Amino acid sequence: MDIFSNLAMGFGVAFTLQNIFLCFLGCMIGTLVGVLPGVGPVATIAMLLPITFGLDPTGALIMLAGIYYGAQYGGSTTAILVNIPGEATAVVTVLDGHQMAKQGRAGVALGISAIGSFFAGCVATLFIAAMGAPLTKFAQLFGPAEYFSLMVMGLVFSTVLARGSILKALLMVFLGLLLATVGTDLETGQERVTLGIQQLSDGIDFAPLAMGIFGFAEIIRNLEEPEARDVVRGKIGKLLPSLAEIRQSFPSILRGTAIGGILGILPGNGAVLGPFASYAVEKKIAKDPSRFGKGAIEGVAGPESANNAGAQTAFIPLLTLGIPPNAVMALMVGAMTIHGIIPGPQVMTKNPELFWGMIASMWIGNAMLVIINLPLVGMWVKLLKVPYRLMFPAILIFCAIGIYSINNSVEDVYFTAFFALVGYIMIKLGYEPAPMLLGFVLGKLMEEKLRQALILSRGSFTTFVERPVSGTLLAVALIMLVIAFLPAMNKKREQAFQE
Amino acid sequence: MKKLLVAVAGLTAIFAGPAFAQKYPTKPITMIVPFAAGGPTDIVARIVAEPMSRSLGQQIVVENVAGAGGTTGITRGAGGTPDGYTIMMGHMGTHGAAPALYPNLRYNPTADFAPIGVAAGTPIIIVGSKKLPADDLKGFIAWAKKQGDKANHAHAGVGSVSHSTGILLNSILGTKPTFIPYTGTGPALNDMLSGQVDYMTDQIVNLVGQINAGTVKAFAIATPKRSPALPNLPTTKEAGLDGYEVSAWNAVFAPKGTPQAIVDRLSDALSKALDDANARKRLDDLGAVIPEGAERGSAALQKLVVSEVARWTPVLKDAMAAQKK
Repeated sequence: MDIFSNLAMGFGVAFTLQNIFLCFLGCMIGTLVGVLPGVGPVATIAMLLPITFGLDPTGALIMLAGIYYGAQYGGSTTAILVNIPGEATAVVTVLDGHQMAKQGRAGVALGISAIGSFFAGCVATLFIAAMGAPLTKFAQLFGPAEYFSLMVMGLVFSTVLARGSILKALLMVFLGLLLATVGTDLETGQERVTLGIQQLSDGIDFAPLAMGIFGFAEIIRNLEEPEARDVVRGKIGKLLPSLAEIRQSFPSILRGTAIGGILGILPGNGAVLGPFASYAVEKKIAKDPSRFGKGAIEGVAGPESANNAGAQTAFIPLLTLGIPPNAVMALMVGAMTIHGIIPGPQVMTKNPELFWGMIASMWIGNAMLVIINLPLVGMWVKLLKVPYRLMFPAILIFCAIGIYSINNSVEDVYFTAFFALVGYIMIKLGYEPAPMLLGFVLGKLMEEKLRQALILSRGSFTTFVERPVSGTLLAVALIMLVIAFLPAMNKKREQAFQE
Repeated sequence: MKKLLVAVAGLTAIFAGPAFAQKYPTKPITMIVPFAAGGPTDIVARIVAEPMSRSLGQQIVVENVAGAGGTTGITRGAGGTPDGYTIMMGHMGTHGAAPALYPNLRYNPTADFAPIGVAAGTPIIIVGSKKLPADDLKGFIAWAKKQGDKANHAHAGVGSVSHSTGILLNSILGTKPTFIPYTGTGPALNDMLSGQVDYMTDQIVNLVGQINAGTVKAFAIATPKRSPALPNLPTTKEAGLDGYEVSAWNAVFAPKGTPQAIVDRLSDALSKALDDANARKRLDDLGAVIPEGAERGSAALQKLVVSEVARWTPVLKDAMAAQKK
């Protein structure tokens, strides 16, 4: 079998002392920047790029890849412990993960997310090794029309993200879509709703919005309710999930891995949909959906697995086509180019030791992350015992540094402060921020793909139904919507929320 | 210890005096790159920043300030203190096309900078989907003319290099295809690989991998000479198209008012960096064109900026006006 000899060669490359060390270093740095709210992998990789000049390309890329998936791991820690999603993919982890932490089950949440991520990472690595090349064909089925329909389906998922009224959730989705229209018009280059502020000409950044609305707003709310302190400072609870809990979440991990892995392949950042889709699926098929949003372990296990599987399979378009699906991968392209490897479909044949070495290092990296993270769970959980008067200023400072580092822009920090106020008002009025963030994340892609598809079809809307993949996706979305709005179902849903 | 203190005090006195420029640089220099890390301009910046740091004896720190086709970063750089510790990597878009594309541009490319020198030119290539019936530039031009607005011309976003160079190509050919806007070369290439869009123009760095793999058809390179990175690809002139010679050049600028001695020091460091064997190899691998002799230095860059603004302004203004109708 070709794949085995190739993988053997890959492990030969990845198991050299130097590369193991670089992989470890990358994972370690990645975990750290992931945990620090705001400091994301993009800024870190950009800063560390010059340091890799002295390394050989394979070693350099192994380290940079380690930072990337290490940050995915670390990001969930912050989402669970302090309710701040550092990346779009961690938004849903906040929903049940932070609730679990509030119930004193932070260790279990962190543990299951590490286990789920490890499992997903292993499966995704094998998946890339075995199917990488043929899968690019699948990705190419996705033109603008298909993307748009996929995003529509994603938006339908958003209705299940809400903890309260479905109407409020829909309103928040639309608010998110509206926020996504701020910035330069794709076709004409005209600025839209930028109020003459130059920093808005490329639209609102995800990080200031997410950190302001989730993290900072939550801090303001906690400040006004002193009694809430005791809840989080209360008992730590056990550190690792019990066998029963693992058994309970294992099906979710399997489903999450599959969903995240498939969406991750799509060029154009399909990976952001993975955790949302996984959460929606878990909530839909759960016997008692009302547990979701209140600390359901499946709501952490599924999306976390999806997140990590997507993070790995996002390498497929990069390694096989040379086309980066997101900002981190674009940076990897830059790193490859600086090291004299021109990314493109020939990387696999021309630089097999790089290609297979990286794949092998992904598995090693995932194993390392579990080894790094599981013993740390105890330490992270103890962080919750830090009194608010120390923890809150620290979070605010780290967030401010992180946000500044994204674009080296002070204005982004002001935006975060503004969104914190908005988020606080939203909490007070009982509006959930998660559907809004989903609307925002999907809105940009949706508008772009809608307009591209319509220009390509010269204005004919039938293109979305005529193309088989697109039509199927729309049909699925429609069916889900009908189910959600069927009166009987709706009644049951509302009953569940009244409990 | 005492001696050291005296020495430090002495050095400080020197820095404060007029001999400042000779001692420049005494602290790290910030180079603003107005695009996201990993893109073609960022790569060129990092390749030259490394040997420049070595010859200046101080680290050049690359700071990515992306946004609005690079004009956000250049606006910030233009407003920086003119002491040689803030420099920036501009390019064809920020210092050539921007005045036509951004009516509220807050800097003047020809007047608000102390030019240091051109770092590298990255040639533009015309590529098409494999589904196109044409195999060479002549066939492609005939096809584009026959198709009219049925042809789908992709670009990487308003203000991007592929957008400006694409508009120029259409205006020279007299073709009026339908423009399909993307948000970067990657997504545009992806849809070209699957045949949803027909053709585009972009920098060689972004395309050379796909061209070598045969996943797209390359028609011509818009330079006077063939590129060693793609020796089989004819130039536009060889393929029968006159007047379409464009390069997405990258060049280092300092804010206006930077002392001449410092500008000269930086200019010299850039020139030495371009002679560095390692940097040359890296730039060659990218298909970049390294300026030689008289093409280097402040004067050459100033001339280039003036001619580029004059070249792009009418073409782009016409195209933008036509779109608004």
